[in-house]
Amino acid sequence: MRDKPPAEPPSSEVTPEKTYLRRRELLKNAGLFAGTAVAVAGGLHLLGRKQTRPMDRFVPDAGLVEQPVAKAMGPFDTDEPRTPYEDVTTYNNFYEFGFDKNDPARLAHTLKPRPWSVVIDGEVHKPQTVDVEQLTSWFSLEERVYRMRCVEAWSMVIPWLGFPLAALLQRVEPTRNAKYVAFTTLLDPEQMPGQRRALLDWPYTEGLRLDEAMNPLTLLATGLYGRQLPNQNGAPLRLVVPWKYGFKGIKSIVRITLTQEEPMTTWRLSAPREYGFYANVNPSVPHPRWSQASERRIGDFERRPTLPFNGYAEQVAHLYTGMDLRRFY
Amino acid sequence: MASSPHPWLNPALVAGGLSPLLMLAVQGPRGELGPNAIEAALHQTGLLALVLLLASLACTPLRLVAGWTWPARVRRTLGLLAFTYAAAHLLVYAVLDQGLAWGTLWADVTKRAFITVGFAALVLLVPLAVTSTQRWVRRLGFPRWQRLHRLAYVAAALGVLHFVWRVKKDVTEPLIYGAVLALLLAIRVGEALRKRRARAAAAARNPA
Repeated sequence: MRDKPPAEPPSSEVTPEKTYLRRRELLKNAGLFAGTAVAVAGGLHLLGRKQTRPMDRFVPDAGLVEQPVAKAMGPFDTDEPRTPYEDVTTYNNFYEFGFDKNDPARLAHTLKPRPWSVVIDGEVHKPQTVDVEQLTSWFSLEERVYRMRCVEAWSMVIPWLGFPLAALLQRVEPTRNAKYVAFTTLLDPEQMPGQRRALLDWPYTEGLRLDEAMNPLTLLATGLYGRQLPNQNGAPLRLVVPWKYGFKGIKSIVRITLTQEEPMTTWRLSAPREYGFYANVNPSVPHPRWSQASERRIGDFERRPTLPFNGYAEQVAHLYTGMDLRRFY
Repeated sequence: MASSPHPWLNPALVAGGLSPLLMLAVQGPRGELGPNAIEAALHQTGLLALVLLLASLACTPLRLVAGWTWPARVRRTLGLLAFTYAAAHLLVYAVLDQGLAWGTLWADVTKRAFITVGFAALVLLVPLAVTSTQRWVRRLGFPRWQRLHRLAYVAAALGVLHFVWRVKKDVTEPLIYGAVLALLLAIRVGEALRKRRARAAAAARNPA
């Protein structure tokens, strides 16, 4: 029996040609199914290009600030949990580098924040052009932990490093005619590629009334989290006005001009019905397209009610007594 | 197999089409959607709803222009996927973003034009999703069913408007979708006019 050559398999075990063909068909269809599914998923993924967390290498290694900083909690500091450094430096509106929130973190490396001149002129007795390093050396840096409320209804808590704008203004001695302070961002499409598209009237400009500028809350920031300002946060010098919407906090400032007349500001020029000169955080005055009554703190799940003047009413509400804040939004 | 020439096509569309939604559901709770995960989910579900709705509206023009027949077989799948994303978009907004604060939701839908039009687009898609089965085509009769389903164009137009009004500054992307929609509509209108003219010509040739 053993020596017998193996018997041909019984015909019942031979795959019928029809089945064989059907298996090939099945395999082919499975391949087409997988290929199409992957292509569709990939296409949708590309079109829906969502804002994912940029990779770590995009988070710049901003140098530690050498100047010692007073660490005691100041009278204006909030003790709310701070928004993580990574979020503060990867979720930014800085249209000079693109419109997506992570564009500035990815693209702002083209900005060269040093050397950097700042022009201070207009209605001042001591107009001057000064390098930002020298300007910063005039003041002792303070840490200020402020809430930051964006007009888009999200907010952060950021430990800024900086000095009061009032200290700089006192140094340059405003004339009696000075009523406003106008700020200008760098205009340089080489360093700020977003300026190649005229979607906003570049350079970005902002302004404050002189008494707002002199308020002790108003800060010129040069750093955050004990480090130099990353480019995407407005290096080397930016404005922080915590009771106003974030867009008032003009970044990468090259000029500070004291004026008699209320200066025009970029967003007001772009959409006057939506963005006013004052732009005080105000839950009872909605943006024409969305409510400002609540906000989402970055990292939180639930929204929280927005506070008048972003919670700084005690320090600044008196600046606006008698003003109709619905009209002067 | 002979009955359906591309049996893999619709299952593949469903699998591929739902994968971004599954990714969101997995990545969101794991904190992989960036600092503002709810905004990211809102943006992506809304965008994909519009993309898929436009894709479903491209099926007939593709047949007219390219002569392909397969797009007609995926039209319903694409439409239902679009509805799925639109519904997910509403749920993310109402449940995750606004925490089902009914007062705020009502104020948004009634007072904020961009939310009003977005909501209207979704409401228009509901009867289309419900009547997407063969049974409903038979129940309504094809001409009536067809007329009803032209609402998809209205929904897409409202979707584009919703997108344009939502954007803070750069309306390039929503306008691209608007241009695609206009092109698709133009092809359909052109075809309708051509048919009407052909009918008129035929009627003139054979006066009754």
